[in-house]
Order: sequence, then C-alpha cells, then structure tokens
Amino acid sequence: MGRYVIRRLIQAIPVLIGATLLIYCIVFALPGDPIAGLFGDKRPDPAIAEVLREQYHLNDPLLLQYWYYISGVIFRGDFGVNFANVPVSQIMAGKFQVTLNLAVTALVMEAIIGVGLGLWAALRRGKAADTLILAATLLLISVPTLVTGFVLQLVLGVKLKQWTGADIFPVAGTTEGLRSYLVPGFVLAGVSIAYLTRLTRTSLAETLRSDYIRTATAKGLPRRRVVGRHALRNALIPLVTYLGADLGQLMGGAVITETIFNLQGIGNQLFTSVHLREQPVVVGVVTILVLVYILANMIVDLLYAVLDPRIRYE
Amino acid sequence: MKKTSADVLPAGGGSGNEPLLAVDDLHVEFHTRAGVVRAVNGVSYTVRAGETLAVLGESGSGKSVTAQAIMGILDMPPAVIPKGEIRFKGTDVLKLSERDRTQVRGERIAMIFQDALSALNPVFTVGWQISEMFRVHRGMSKGAAMKKAVELMDRVRIPAAKQRVHDYPHQFSGGMRQRIMIAMSIALDPEVLIADEPTTALDVTVQAQIMELLAELQRESQMGLILITHDLGVVADVADKIAVMYGGRIVENAPVHDIYKAPAHPYTKGLLDSIPRVDQKGQELYAIKGLPPNLLSMPTGCAFHPRCPYRQENCVTDTPPLYEISGTRGSACHYWREVLDGERQ
Repeated sequence: MGRYVIRRLIQAIPVLIGATLLIYCIVFALPGDPIAGLFGDKRPDPAIAEVLREQYHLNDPLLLQYWYYISGVIFRGDFGVNFANVPVSQIMAGKFQVTLNLAVTALVMEAIIGVGLGLWAALRRGKAADTLILAATLLLISVPTLVTGFVLQLVLGVKLKQWTGADIFPVAGTTEGLRSYLVPGFVLAGVSIAYLTRLTRTSLAETLRSDYIRTATAKGLPRRRVVGRHALRNALIPLVTYLGADLGQLMGGAVITETIFNLQGIGNQLFTSVHLREQPVVVGVVTILVLVYILANMIVDLLYAVLDPRIRYE
Repeated sequence: MKKTSADVLPAGGGSGNEPLLAVDDLHVEFHTRAGVVRAVNGVSYTVRAGETLAVLGESGSGKSVTAQAIMGILDMPPAVIPKGEIRFKGTDVLKLSERDRTQVRGERIAMIFQDALSALNPVFTVGWQISEMFRVHRGMSKGAAMKKAVELMDRVRIPAAKQRVHDYPHQFSGGMRQRIMIAMSIALDPEVLIADEPTTALDVTVQAQIMELLAELQRESQMGLILITHDLGVVADVADKIAVMYGGRIVENAPVHDIYKAPAHPYTKGLLDSIPRVDQKGQELYAIKGLPPNLLSMPTGCAFHPRCPYRQENCVTDTPPLYEISGTRGSACHYWREVLDGERQ
C-alpha cells in the first residue's frame, strides 16, 4: 500500500507538468499585453515597459519562460510573482482557504442530502415520494447555478431578513464564519446533489436486486438489517468515487458562486488573473487545483480498498 | 421478549403422519407489464424428515419459484400467490405475519443457492456471514458466534477453517464457496433444507463431493431435503423420490427407482433418453423436440402436447390431472399406460 501511494505520486508529476505547460501556453496565446495593462488607460512609457518586459522574461521564447517558472516551482517551491511583484503564494494563501471552505461545505451537503434523498427514493421506488424526488432532481439539474444563486441570495439572504428581522444567512462575504458558507455551499452543490441523489437511488436499487440480498433475506434477517448492513455497504462503493472526483470539480467550478456571493476565493482570483494575463497566478491556481484533483482521486482509490475487499493494491 | 421460532411453530418432530413440509395446490403468478405469467399452476409435494425430494425440470418450469415461495423470498409484487398452502408441520406459513415468517426463515427452513459467488456478500468475511446467523437469531456475542462459525466450517470440511474464517468469499474456490453456503444454511439446524441447483456452477468432481456432503449432513440431522436440479445424474444417487415439473405443473412424481426403470410421462421419458450414454458413442444425441412453453401464452390442454410424441386429439383440449398410478406414483398424462409400456405411437 505504501508503495502504491508512492507510485501514484510519481505518476502525478508528468500530469502536473503537462497541465501547467498547457495552461501556460493558453495564457500566452491570449491577445493583449499584460504590461500595457499595468498602466491602465495611460500609454506606457516604452523604456519602462521594456525594462519590465525584460524583468519578467517576456521577451524570451515561450518554452524558456515556462522553464524559468517551473524550475522555480520545483526547485525552490516558489510560485513566482505577479506583475506587481507580489508573490503568488501570498496571493493564493487566504483565497485558497475560502474556496476550500466553500467546496467542503458543498461536499458535506452533497453527501448528506444527495445520499439521504437517494436512499429514501430507492426504498420507496414507484411511490409518490420517489417520483417527487426524481422530479426535484430534474429541476435542480436544469436550472443553472446563476439562477439558483441569485434566487437563493434574494430569498434567504435579503427577504428572510426583512420578514423575520433575524440575520440567518448573510447576503454575501465571509464575515459570519461557517454561516456565510451555507447558502453558497448549497448553490455550488446543487447540480451535484441532484446527480448524487439519482446515482444513490440507482445504486441501492440495483444492489437490492442482487443475489446476496436474496441470501440475506433467506437467512431470516430483519429487513432493516438486510438493507442497512448488507445492501448499504455495497451500494456506497460507487458513490465514493463520485464524491471524490467532485471535490476537484467543486473547487474549480466555484467561480460563479464566488462572484455572486462575493467570496474572495481562488475562483474569483483566477477570473481576475486571466483578464490581466498574469501567467504565474493563473498557472499557480491551476497547479493547486490539479494537485487537489490528484490527491482526491488517490484518496478515493484507497477508500475503495477499504470498502471493497476484492480490490487490493500491490 | 423477543419471539423465537418455537413460539411461532411447534418444535420437535412432525406429528404423526403429517409430513414435515407439504406444498398443496400452490399457484404463483407474476403480474408484469407484458401480462400475467403463471409460473406455478397447482403444485403439490411433500417432504418427510430424513427424506430427499428431487424436483426436476428445465429453466422456467417453476421449480425455483416454488422453492422461493416456500422460503418467502419472492418479491411481492410482482409475484402473487392467489391460491394454495405451504404447510410446515401443519401450519400454513403463507398465513403467518411477515415477522413470524422471518423467524421460520433460515432457522427452520433454510436454502442454498446456485452460484455461491454471487449469493455471498462480497464485502463481508465468510466468518462474519456465517456467524451472523447466531448473532441475529440466537443473540450470541461476536466471539462465541465466530467460534461457532469455525466449527461449522470444520463440519463442512473446509481446510484450515480457523485461519480462513477471516477471508472473503472471492478468496475461495467454487467448491469451497458452496461449502460456506452450506455451512451458513445448516447453522441453526433447520428441519428443511432447500438446495436450488447447488452443484450447477461447479465442475464434475467437485459436484460429487458437494452432493456427498449434503447427503451426509442430512443423515446426521434427519433434515428433509428438497433438491432442485435439472441434472438427472445428480438425482439418481441421492434422491428418495422425484417430482418432475413442466410449465409450472408437476407432470410426474414417483420413487426414484420407479422413474429410472420406467417413466410414466413422455416428458420424463424424453429427459431420460437425452442423457448421453457411453454405449451410444458415435450416434446422434437425443433431444426433446421443440422449445419450452412460453409462460405468457401456455399451450391449451396439456402444456407438453406441442412436443409430445404420444399426442392425441384430446391432449390439445383437456388438461390431464395427475393420474394416480400407485400409492406413491402419479403421472399427468392421459396416455401414461402407453408411455409406461414403452410403445411409441
């Protein structure tokens, strides 16, 4: 198992290099001049612009620029500086925490609501509750985050306060600790909740049809035990993969939610930096996201072995 | 106070002449979108303590559905039991509440399934699965139940039971897995054991070992054994009597030696003739002509008539009852005499 983890981490290196190179090239190919952007509406002084270009290696060929960047990351753990000379690591530090809080809140909601509703629907297949849950998930999938975000912000953040007088859900920002993440977390998790509900329902329904469930019933076990122990343990296995892969998705896909609720996370930062063509920041953020993806996937694979004894890592 | 199976049903041996288990005129239907499938149409059979009944028939003949109805593990709906009784020691288990039924299941009547790999839960150790019987039904502690599991694994002759009790089903061979299935089913000394094609998924040498083990366990505990199979070779050695099923009905029942000597139903005769024999090497193998009946649209009259070499006009219109040939033998064929005499028309 230790060897498996090491092998997985070694495999992550080419993935990381490939992903960063790709992003570097894409940002390079964007139209516009980052140095000109520093001067706002004014015309940049050609001499100063030239000095800055030289300082940030902007006159060098693409691959050489990339090499300056990636060697710094690998050998010095230095993610470089943006064009205002602020270290990228410093820019990301607090923002990463905000996005992580948001993504984890969303993931927890997804796990509780999605799995809960899915199990409930599977055990009442064909009944009213099941149909209602399925219709609700369909609605949740079809409405874009942009809509659910603004609607919930208005209803829960603004109107609820006007009606009750109590500030239950903050409208925006992160000043209220965990409470400020509840509504954005739900908005971010929305579509995933719907998918996970459907996945859970299918998974449990399929498990309940399997031979070993028939055996468990034939053993004279109470229905509670047949479903709660024998079926559930098997039905959970595919859900773990989905949840693990979704953590990366949630962190990377938080741009819209962060903008609506004014959360200063890396999604927001990424959006700004792409505008300013700040390669080091964009690549730095993406590198972190790729790392999260890789780690989340590895944890999922390891959890697999815990849940399903048929899987062994040598 | 928790109800035990002794509160639900009388303990001890069957009273007087009443057989241990009696299936009486059982009907099972499946209500599907395509229509009503009549899987079992009035099946009756009995098993006494220490007796082995072999239920023979091809896929779709209703033999497994009958067994699942006895166990009470049919999915209802879509399954419906419109008619019939299943009497265990005189009590109709179909009339018991679901709660009482759970007490009978596994404890008094147990079942072995065909494919032990899919019938055992892949994510729990075999010891956990066997010992669960003692923990749930007897309220034993984990340790004591696990000890019992090791004893049972020894009893079904799994080598190194003490070490292997913590292994998972996929770590065993097919034969060993079926032994685990058997150990689990006999854990609580059931009075009736239903084995649904217990050897079909195994290779021939292992088949013989498993059948031997079942026969031995039965001798020790005087269980009534219902052996569901389509393998006539398996039946000859271990069964006391045979019930042959076709299209959801019993078409012939008889003591085992009678059937092998002279079948009294054309279908049974066809089955026996289709066993490959060494002295017929080089000749074409015999097969019953035609296909098994479609359960959605059963042939009128005798369900076997489209495939029957003895067919007469009335076979198409009149459903034959189970004619009594002797006290222990019956055949659902209008022309059982001709079949018995071996004259092919």
